[in-house]
Amino acid sequence: MSLIHEELEKRILVIDGAMGTMIQRHKLEEEDYRGERFKDWHSDVKGNNDLLSITQPDIIAGIHLLYLEAGADIIETNTFSSTVIAQADYDMQALAYELNVASGQCARKAIERYKALHPEDTKPKFVAGAIGPLNKTLSLSPDVNNPGYRAVTFDEVVEAYTEQIKGLLEGGVDVLLVETIFDTLNAKAAIYAIKQFFRGKEELPIMISGTITDASGRTLSGQTLEAFYISVKHANPLSIGLNCALGAQEMRGHIEELSGIAVCYTSSYPNAGLPNAMGEYDEQPHETAHFIEEWANNGWVNIVGGCCGTTPDHIKHIADHVRKIEPRRLPELESELV
Amino acid sequence: MSITTIKPFLRLSGLEPLIVRPETNFVNVGERTNVTGSKKFARLILNNQYEEALSVARQQVENGAQILDVNMDDALLDGVSAMTTFINLLQSEPDIAKIPIMVDSSKFEIIVAGLKCIQGRCIVNSISMKEGEAKFIEQAFICRAFGAAVVVMAFDEQGQADTLERKVEISERAYKILTEQVGFDPQDIIFDINVFAIATGLEEHNNYGVDFIEATRIIKQRHPLVKISGGVSNLSFSFRGNEHVRETMHSVFLYYAIKAGMDMGIVNAGQLVVYDEIEPSLKELCEDVILNRNNDNNEATEKLIAFAETVKAKGKVQERDEKWRDNSVEERLKHALVNGITEYIDADTEEARVKYAKPLDVIEGPLMDGMNFVGDLFGAGKMFLPQVVKSARVMKKSVAVLTPYIEAEKEQRRLAHIAAGTINEEGAGAAKILLATVKGDVHDIGKNIVGVVLGCNGYDIIDLGVMVPTDKILDAAIHHNVDIVGLSGLITPSLDEMVHVAKEMKRRGMKQPLLIGGATTSRMHTAVRIAPEYGNGVIHVLDASRSVTVAGSLLSNESKPAFLEQTYGEYVKLKHGFDNKKSNKKYLTYPKALANKVKIDWDKFQPVKPQFTGAKVFADFDLNELRQYIDWKPFFIAWEMHGNFPAILTDEIVGVEATKLYNDANGLLDKIIAEKWLTAKGTIGFWEAGSEGDSVIISRKSKVESQEQEEIRLEFLRQQIEKAPGQPNISLADFIAPVTHDSRLSIHDYLGAFAVTIDGIEPHIKAFEANLDDYNKIMLQALADRLAEAFAECLHLKTRKEYWGYATDEHLTNEELIHEKYLGIRPAPGYPACPDHTEKYKLFDLLNVTESIGITLTESLAMYPASSVCGWYFANPQSQYYGVGKLQPDQVEDYAKRKGMTLDEIEKWLRQNMEG
Repeated sequence: MSLIHEELEKRILVIDGAMGTMIQRHKLEEEDYRGERFKDWHSDVKGNNDLLSITQPDIIAGIHLLYLEAGADIIETNTFSSTVIAQADYDMQALAYELNVASGQCARKAIERYKALHPEDTKPKFVAGAIGPLNKTLSLSPDVNNPGYRAVTFDEVVEAYTEQIKGLLEGGVDVLLVETIFDTLNAKAAIYAIKQFFRGKEELPIMISGTITDASGRTLSGQTLEAFYISVKHANPLSIGLNCALGAQEMRGHIEELSGIAVCYTSSYPNAGLPNAMGEYDEQPHETAHFIEEWANNGWVNIVGGCCGTTPDHIKHIADHVRKIEPRRLPELESELV
Repeated sequence: MSITTIKPFLRLSGLEPLIVRPETNFVNVGERTNVTGSKKFARLILNNQYEEALSVARQQVENGAQILDVNMDDALLDGVSAMTTFINLLQSEPDIAKIPIMVDSSKFEIIVAGLKCIQGRCIVNSISMKEGEAKFIEQAFICRAFGAAVVVMAFDEQGQADTLERKVEISERAYKILTEQVGFDPQDIIFDINVFAIATGLEEHNNYGVDFIEATRIIKQRHPLVKISGGVSNLSFSFRGNEHVRETMHSVFLYYAIKAGMDMGIVNAGQLVVYDEIEPSLKELCEDVILNRNNDNNEATEKLIAFAETVKAKGKVQERDEKWRDNSVEERLKHALVNGITEYIDADTEEARVKYAKPLDVIEGPLMDGMNFVGDLFGAGKMFLPQVVKSARVMKKSVAVLTPYIEAEKEQRRLAHIAAGTINEEGAGAAKILLATVKGDVHDIGKNIVGVVLGCNGYDIIDLGVMVPTDKILDAAIHHNVDIVGLSGLITPSLDEMVHVAKEMKRRGMKQPLLIGGATTSRMHTAVRIAPEYGNGVIHVLDASRSVTVAGSLLSNESKPAFLEQTYGEYVKLKHGFDNKKSNKKYLTYPKALANKVKIDWDKFQPVKPQFTGAKVFADFDLNELRQYIDWKPFFIAWEMHGNFPAILTDEIVGVEATKLYNDANGLLDKIIAEKWLTAKGTIGFWEAGSEGDSVIISRKSKVESQEQEEIRLEFLRQQIEKAPGQPNISLADFIAPVTHDSRLSIHDYLGAFAVTIDGIEPHIKAFEANLDDYNKIMLQALADRLAEAFAECLHLKTRKEYWGYATDEHLTNEELIHEKYLGIRPAPGYPACPDHTEKYKLFDLLNVTESIGITLTESLAMYPASSVCGWYFANPQSQYYGVGKLQPDQVEDYAKRKGMTLDEIEKWLRQNMEG
């Protein structure tokens, strides 16, 4: 049993909150993004948050540290868009591998700092290598007049994810986190890449986190929650869960459903409510924590945290509220049909 | 915190999940999107007409295909590109993409191309060992990396499996490799064990059907989780061009193959004949050919071929259609619904509309009757989903004809209201009460009575029916802005469900008072378990008459607070008393209770051997005979008239009304019997049995041929309360002679079981509902219940005197029967002597109840149809009825172990015996 398995048996683990929200606080400008190394890059790179792991590693490691101090057990690498496909927006395809290595190292460094600063905390901390959804999807056509068209192929996606997985491994991650899945086929390509990459070797634990996009209760690619789970469960993941798009209040029913059907651990890291008219998140830390505490009390969750709009303060409240609550127990698998 | 359990079902998905459960019966894989099977589809694909090809797929889904088989294996096609293009297009059509895809090709690269386009969990059709193990393993690994389930063809290096032995042997080998080396779960493996053409004229082909069916049986016995599939249309290949005979052969074949365990098949979803509707002569010919009976020298084959010629000559469509067109319009509508014929539906509906007073009557009358009939056939496994979907389509078409007229009527009413100055339509101002039978429970007589009574008292009743999940109840309560929520339930698991509703009401911050009623509920349970969960009023209502005063008190602003406070006070007192009374009784440890079993001198015991072992079915028992066994007392109790029968008929107070009711009941009963409204279906069975502790080991003929007997263990519970000296702590197992273990297990006694049901009530209930005739609706439900009980009584008598024959000289009056003066008992799982409902699964399995008489079990283990009874037969003269009473944790733990269930799970089922 891996170390993270052992910890999940004992307690509810807390995963960190938003990276983007925290980066915004630094009010970085184009030159900050570029740093010394890319000062002459031929296109704008402001907004390429993943690049900061190379150009501003201290800021990224600093954000990780804040989350660790808030009580996070798992921190996510800054690699949401670190693939050859997503980096094409900045013409930085060639950097994809390096971004993953650098981000993994930022996270590892933050854990080292934290351990040095807090020797009293003996609980293990984990780095989850974030594998994002890509800006191109395999199930949906970007051209309304040609529904059969696809902007990318399965093989291209597998290749991009394989490179990312290798980079994350090199960067020292403990877990792979396929997250914010709005097209299940993209996630299946990631799983396929993982299965092929680790064939015959010891596999890293896989966390899978889908996104229910709106009140329809379905993913963007149209699947119901259960259909989504059935489509990815062959990954034999460490955990299955939901993140992003919804606040805790809207996510509640889905988490309840998931906890009833998932063979593995469950995770959820909702947004800080739904965005207001300005696109900002208003939900206060104690409010988010209150919702999540109820789920924990109901025995629905094993890993909790936050997504867009959540801050170290949210994570601290969540961690405080779930600390004493028993984790969800894994369901019993029956061997007979009736 | 309770642990969820997850069953090893095959789970697939498109946009929506498809979970293949035992009760799924048979999964239809749509076959028309296959270039090798459909000329039309092949032509469209070859001509690049993908849009039109999509409509073929859509048609399959509309016709009830649950999985879509897609095959692009054509020499003239670039298979990889055709598969990619078609599947990508298909994924953009939510009404098609909702079901899972079966990616079908003999070329693995085409399969992979398909898998790369599908987000849902697919089935790969197929892989096999024909090119050796290494390739098989590689392909299986890739399928698994895509998360697909696999169809494995019974094919190996030597070729295709054509005998029973080879089918079994190859499947066994593939099973081992897939589960041990590739990591497949058994439920994700589907064996296609080759349906071959029969009746080809070659005698060596004659047994192909039987081989398939028997191989299915054996493989499923060894590996119950795997699935068996086959391309059904191969079977009738020699009758090409004669669709009528082919479709009939497919239906007959499926009927037997499904019975043996076949789970899915590639079929033309729109074209299956209803097994029960097959002309008997043709059915028999097909059965002979498929089961290879009476087929020496191809005799059966010749006969079927001869018959096929006559059908062909006549031209089957006209021949089949003519007759039913002469019937009444109601009969025609029903025929159209059952057979899914839309051709005449518009004209027939129009004719019915003119005939009936209101357009709505057509819907509620003949259309609903037809649909109920369809539902019954489906429930009995005699119709498959696609046929039902076709029926629903006919229904929709018909309703569409009526809708404009219904709308016009509504508009007229609206205008009349405006003219009259009344804005609201009916029901304005009346307080609303929502009623529902909770999830998992099918019983609703009491709830219907409450609804009628409250309705008569001016309340607006919103009745959600039976088996209603919590969310639906509460959503409806909010949506309709009701004033009171009322829950009903008859079986014990419903109590937990009610607690859940109360919790959810609290969580949602609801304000309405909650009424609890139904045979299993009690004031005590309400006070101890439900009331503490919800603060805005929980009231147990003993019966319908009480419901009026309770509702009255709750809906008056003056009396409500005092009433709630008073009830609350009573319940707190009850709960307090309950909590404190726990320690008063003394209980034995389980080993001690076990030691104090019923003493029976087994050395002197001579078991009576039943007339037969195994099960016997009564498909249509004479209702006239059952009538004399009716126990009328509970009938009157259902109507809330308490007293002994027949004294109640002359009772000073209720006598007159009771007599009226009794006469009405008998009038309806006359009609039920004369017009054959209801069918009494029952089954009984006996097996060799021996006890071991609190288990009873049953030995029965195995369903697998290679094995003679198999053992089934029934588990019973024992009283643990400390008894007076000399009094035993009883368990039902005590009434069966113990097994001995000399050199081998040796069994000395017998045990029986029965299940009965009264089938066919729905159309008549609906008819009464359509007529707004609640009186007869409830009367019919109550009579059906009585008939089911009477049937149980009657079969028990016949069992004692004849089938088991241990009391051949018994002569008891009906009254003595009712007072259980007979020898031997028939306790039911879920009732006091054996309170664990889950033993019903075993009873149902032993008697094959669902297949043979059509009773199904809900998730709470209620039987459906609701008028059903089942139980065990014990013949021992010392056997007696009793209640197990309170169980101690040590026994529950042991019991959970014996049952192979988790403690949490078993505690859920035994909660009533663990408290109080």
